Amino acid sequence: MEYVHDLHKLMVSKQLVLVYEGEFTQEITKSVLSMAERNLESVGEEEGIKRKVFNVMVECLQNICKHTDQYEKINHVKDSAVFIIGKEDGDYNIISGNSIHNPHIAGLEEKLKLINSLDKEGLKTLYKEIISNTELSDKGGAGLGFVDMARKSGQKLGFSFHPIDGEYSFFVLKVKIGKDKEK
Amino acid sequence: MEIINLEGTEDTPRVLFDPSKNIFEVSGRSLPEDCAQFYGPLLKWLDGYVAAPNPNTIFEVKLEYFNTASSKMILDVLSKMETLKEAGKQVTIHWYSHDDDEDMQEAGEEFAELVEVPFEYKVY
Repeated sequence: MEYVHDLHKLMVSKQLVLVYEGEFTQEITKSVLSMAERNLESVGEEEGIKRKVFNVMVECLQNICKHTDQYEKINHVKDSAVFIIGKEDGDYNIISGNSIHNPHIAGLEEKLKLINSLDKEGLKTLYKEIISNTELSDKGGAGLGFVDMARKSGQKLGFSFHPIDGEYSFFVLKVKIGKDKEK
Repeated sequence: MEIINLEGTEDTPRVLFDPSKNIFEVSGRSLPEDCAQFYGPLLKWLDGYVAAPNPNTIFEVKLEYFNTASSKMILDVLSKMETLKEAGKQVTIHWYSHDDDEDMQEAGEEFAELVEVPFEYKVY
């Protein structure tokens, strides 16, 4: 039972407000959202921050629902991913981790690097360009999620890829929401 | 014309389209997983309305949150209003945001840059 205590200590030291591991569906997205919302309310978080955290959570969770590659299915385990909200120096970190098929990494990395290279105006232009010129994908995405997260955050998106095996990697995304978004 | 009257849920907005009372409102939260499925019938209904519209349409958007897939569908809805305007009808979008919600206000301003329809910004 030692791991329970260790896990709790880790969560406290890393200031993790919420950790969810497992299957991601729209029903679970709604539950996680309402749990986080109540949590932010109970600590009396200011409206603007609450709204930004909520918005980024929605995009992040729905990204996982739509795009987690089927590594676990192939391995006869349910789709699983991780979603974390943590605090760091008064800012919120919204973090997701899910499996990605290696051939998809290059395209995703390119997209994230492009977003991180843009300033506020550049992101706005990209957003308007995508919304005017694309239809919803067959997965129901508008291709706007990362751009929107970067705009709400006002800071660079953090990301990394960790090899699982020769074919799959674990994609980690970290979005910061702070009181001073121009920081 | 048939009235559309949908109760809001935790991930879909309340929608009221009633041409006889000249009310067109979308409010609440719009975060459905399948946005095309939710907005498809509304867009189809609006095509019917555009074919036989009222002389003056005020379209009210009072959303608290919407996901990016919804924003694409909201643009499609607003484009229907643009079609009305092009047909010579009077159309105004009333875009509501909470007084401290700059992101929602900005979202409205961006939509206004994408469609040729007058917007009025309101606080609630």
